[in-house]
Amino acid sequence: MTEPVISAQGLRKEYGDFVAVDGIDFEVHPGESFGLLGPNGAGKSTTMRMIGGTLDRTGGQLRVLGLDPGRQGPEVRAHLGVVPQQDNLDEELRVRENIVMYGRYFGLPRSYLGPKADELLAFAQLEAKAKAKVDNLSGGMKRRLTIARGLVNEPRILLLDEPTTGLDPQARHVLWDRLFRLKEAGTTLVVTTHFMDEAEQLCDRLIVVDHGRIMAEGSPRQLIREHSTREVVEVRFGSQRNAQVVADLEGVGARNEVLPDRILVYTDDGEAALEEISRRGLHPITSLVRRSSLEDVFLRLTGRTLVD
Amino acid sequence: MDADTNALAYSGRAPGHGVMAARARARGVWYYAETVLRGMRAYFWPILLYSVGQPLIYMVALGIGLGTLVQQGAGSVDGVDYLTFVAPALLVSTVVMSVTAEMTYPVMAGFKWQRLYHAPAASPLEPGQVALGHLVAVVIRFVLQSLVFWLVMLAFGAAPSGWAQSLLVVPVGVLTATAFGAPLQAYAATLRDEGFQFAFIQRFVVMPMFLFAGTFFPLSVLPTYLHWIGWISPVWHGTELARLASYGAPVSPLMLAVHLGFLLALTVGGVLAGVRVYTRRLHS
Repeated sequence: MTEPVISAQGLRKEYGDFVAVDGIDFEVHPGESFGLLGPNGAGKSTTMRMIGGTLDRTGGQLRVLGLDPGRQGPEVRAHLGVVPQQDNLDEELRVRENIVMYGRYFGLPRSYLGPKADELLAFAQLEAKAKAKVDNLSGGMKRRLTIARGLVNEPRILLLDEPTTGLDPQARHVLWDRLFRLKEAGTTLVVTTHFMDEAEQLCDRLIVVDHGRIMAEGSPRQLIREHSTREVVEVRFGSQRNAQVVADLEGVGARNEVLPDRILVYTDDGEAALEEISRRGLHPITSLVRRSSLEDVFLRLTGRTLVD
Repeated sequence: MDADTNALAYSGRAPGHGVMAARARARGVWYYAETVLRGMRAYFWPILLYSVGQPLIYMVALGIGLGTLVQQGAGSVDGVDYLTFVAPALLVSTVVMSVTAEMTYPVMAGFKWQRLYHAPAASPLEPGQVALGHLVAVVIRFVLQSLVFWLVMLAFGAAPSGWAQSLLVVPVGVLTATAFGAPLQAYAATLRDEGFQFAFIQRFVVMPMFLFAGTFFPLSVLPTYLHWIGWISPVWHGTELARLASYGAPVSPLMLAVHLGFLLALTVGGVLAGVRVYTRRLHS
């Protein structure tokens, strides 16, 4: 097996009494797309910043491309592309200038940066906006520009912190397509997200994090197989009746989960379960059979939903 | 058109990542200063207008207008006509007022509003280089601004010691700007709210320095119990030096050392504090 590009053992971050990251172990392999899935405040961004060498760890081991981000910050950061959760584009510079000036931080000469900026704008589908003000870009365009900027140094690893939060569905798909191409080109992606669909789309392998700890690890398919059933039946009886009906649903599926607005019945055969429900004389207002997702895995592991 | 993503990820044209890190370690301050200067370009005309217009207005209003009155009353001040007396002080004061603007709200924008500092902080640059780079860019601006002011002084015949000696008002102006600007930058970097303190600084620190630190009248005219305002004010120390440069005002070698030492100490202290605060704030 090849050397991991990132390896963490017992990685820990404390802020006073608060433990943000509570001793986690993971490895990221070259060319892999690795995800950290968890709700807000789970410690994902903190972990990202420790990898990115902008936050010192309190304990444990961390190596990025064999280097210690706590001691060799500039060397580690030279290898990385960083797409932060909050955009920090320079609004006093034009779109193309944002890429060029960022490239200067890596000591890259203008002879390299000129053509590179044009290639990156093409990749980000922003050629027409090269001379535009950053202010005039849509949210999706700003994100793509931030990604383009992060690629200016041809990073081995691209860190993406909540890359599509706040974007509309179409903009998200455009972005995922771009990231998928990068992965195909061999760039290692590390993605944090609290969207299970994003994790399923982008990640080969992921860790599910909650309260600074790893709850599970594996590929999306593996995690679903291990922690959920093949299918889920979602039934709604109205918010008043959900809790009363749940006793009558006993035994229909492998297990039930009651949410405020609906009941989830976990089963390997959704249609059969639905028939059984109506055979028992229960008539939900709406019903839906779907495949299990990472959301179900998270719910199973933590008893909570990902997005509150 | 679609780009070749493989070439995008690895073109073979980029230097190695180790080279990038080494260059950033060696020249990172300049790299960040370049970005800040680029950003100022968006305000090039307002800055130029301000740099030329402000000295002109002050020279005409205070030097000629007020100067005529002073001339009729006191005759001369410090052995020279009023315009000559007040011009070097105005150069120092206007640069200090400009540095106040540059080292307050833009610092807040860097950490909080636009999070501009967080971009270089994720690159090979170190936070200390970001702090210094911002200061260096501002210094470069003030070299130009002071040069313009000096040319206006020459044009008004308000620098009798000749151009070679009076040109020293430019480094003096810049040094005074850093003596006030560097500590202010460090202080602004500690603020986590919306910067309400800046208006207070403007009114109760910068304005008193402008009015009571020997700008419009020698400090000796004030009652002794108000002299401390001058003594602790970079503006007074800078003004004394600028007067020495522009018309050979009497400054003893001891006081020359005191003025220079005071301004240098504030600059160095401010820079060291700034590097610390930026590091704490961007890397924690």
